[in-house]
Amino acid sequence: MRNVSPVMQRELGAFFYSPIAYAVLTIFLLLLGIFFTATTFQPGNQASLEGLANLMPVVFVLFLPVLTMRLLSDEYRTGTIETLMTAPIGETDVVIGKFLGVLVFFIVMLATTLLYAFIVNAYGQLDWGMTASTYLGMLLLGALYLSVGLFFSACTGNQIIAAVSSMVLLLVFTFLSDYLAMQASGALKLTLRHLSIREHFSGFTRGLLDGNDIVFFVTSTGLFLFLTVKVLESRRWR
Amino acid sequence: MIDVNNLSKNYGSFRAVDNISFSVDEGEIVGFLGPNGAGKTSTIRILTCYHPATSGKATVGGYDVFTQSMEVRRMMGYLPEATPLYPEMRVREYLQFRGKLHGLDRSQRASAISRVTERCWLGEFVNRPIGHLSKGMKQRVGLADALLCDPKVLVLDEPTIGLDPTQIRETRNLIKQLGDHHTILFSSHILSEVEQTCSKIILIAKGKVIAQGSPAELREKVSADSKIIAEVKGPSKEIQAAIDAIEGTRTVELDPTHTGSDAGDWNRFIITGNGQRDIREPVARVIQDKGWGLRELRREVASLEDFFVKIIAEQKN
Repeated sequence: MRNVSPVMQRELGAFFYSPIAYAVLTIFLLLLGIFFTATTFQPGNQASLEGLANLMPVVFVLFLPVLTMRLLSDEYRTGTIETLMTAPIGETDVVIGKFLGVLVFFIVMLATTLLYAFIVNAYGQLDWGMTASTYLGMLLLGALYLSVGLFFSACTGNQIIAAVSSMVLLLVFTFLSDYLAMQASGALKLTLRHLSIREHFSGFTRGLLDGNDIVFFVTSTGLFLFLTVKVLESRRWR
Repeated sequence: MIDVNNLSKNYGSFRAVDNISFSVDEGEIVGFLGPNGAGKTSTIRILTCYHPATSGKATVGGYDVFTQSMEVRRMMGYLPEATPLYPEMRVREYLQFRGKLHGLDRSQRASAISRVTERCWLGEFVNRPIGHLSKGMKQRVGLADALLCDPKVLVLDEPTIGLDPTQIRETRNLIKQLGDHHTILFSSHILSEVEQTCSKIILIAKGKVIAQGSPAELREKVSADSKIIAEVKGPSKEIQAAIDAIEGTRTVELDPTHTGSDAGDWNRFIITGNGQRDIREPVARVIQDKGWGLRELRREVASLEDFFVKIIAEQKN
């Protein structure tokens, strides 16, 4: 675990050197700003960030894989994985370090949207409890998406393939499963609903903290990090 | 320091390393020589714990590279073939990062970085982004990184590839100097480089060790093939018989390629002797006694280069 922090710091530093991170941050803020002024910030609307929060799954699906795509695939492409994995550091440390690096960047990105909460609060009575629950949901949602992105980044040396694969998987489990659940009935409907990321996320935006949902996000994030470690280790089985 | 026993590595059905064994003693500089695709990098990657062997065993400093990989990695400095680095980082930042991975604390890092930057002539470049450096400078950064934790064993994969002649000479001298403190295994496909720097050469081709020993030992092996070239004017049959009669000659042959306007009535003979004896003097005396003309008499000592080329050619057949 000693080696987690140097990897994390390096990863975080690399974000601020790369134009992609700035582009993602800019477009993310621009998009949310437009959405916020056009819908939430209108006279007569409820003083809540629910609308903004409901937009998050689709925004995250599009943006977070772009942040994670280079994490490991770039190491494969440039060959730096060889210097990294011949240094005295284990695969788990590398994966956790990289995950925390991108998570910190994501938290900074998310924190900038707190501005909207203060703006809304200035004109109305914002429910801070519900806002806190929304942010917890967004954090858990983002962490899961990042772990999926990291997993696909570990699978290929091509950043584009990594980004597109994670987007596809996330779209399926966020929106398609949700849509299919509405069509299905009985046990199938129940299963699909349990598999739907959006279903688990929606509780948080309404201020509902359900243990089930928290466990869902934490365990599936853990699962993808575990799989990433295994993919990285698989180099040693071949 | 490094012990390799019956090591093999397969990539699917392709056998890159085929049952090789060798050892490197402490303080030795060993050159790992072979043509491209001989299995040098595959072997080195096994030794540096980057990937596992298909079969066989390798230990570094008594630690098994597979089961005790962390201990091996801690005592080893490694410069991979293409010198992969993070282009966005500055030299100092990169060395700081690598120092942290090796568990050096702040003051150890500071002294280690000043030591390696001085050693690798990186002094004025420490604050430059790695991506802006030339190939040769990047190579030095890679070498500085390999030296950072003051490793007992240094493994350098093609450290001079892609450098200009001056840089090659500098790197070669640096490797020689480093030999005082470190056990070094470095690979190359250029013989003269290995010959000048190493105390031991391991020649490998097609995944097999073909020969190993000190440059002198290898040279001895090949010097048996040394030959004498003589250009003599006179009746070729008689000359051949006369030279053949000299004690110590093994074969005397007329060089069939010696034709053309320059040849005239001169005959060129290729004479091989027994062992290392130099028979130029008796040959000259015989020719003089018979009154034939002599315009060239030289001894061709087989170089390691010839040996190398011969072995590679044999491998291909």
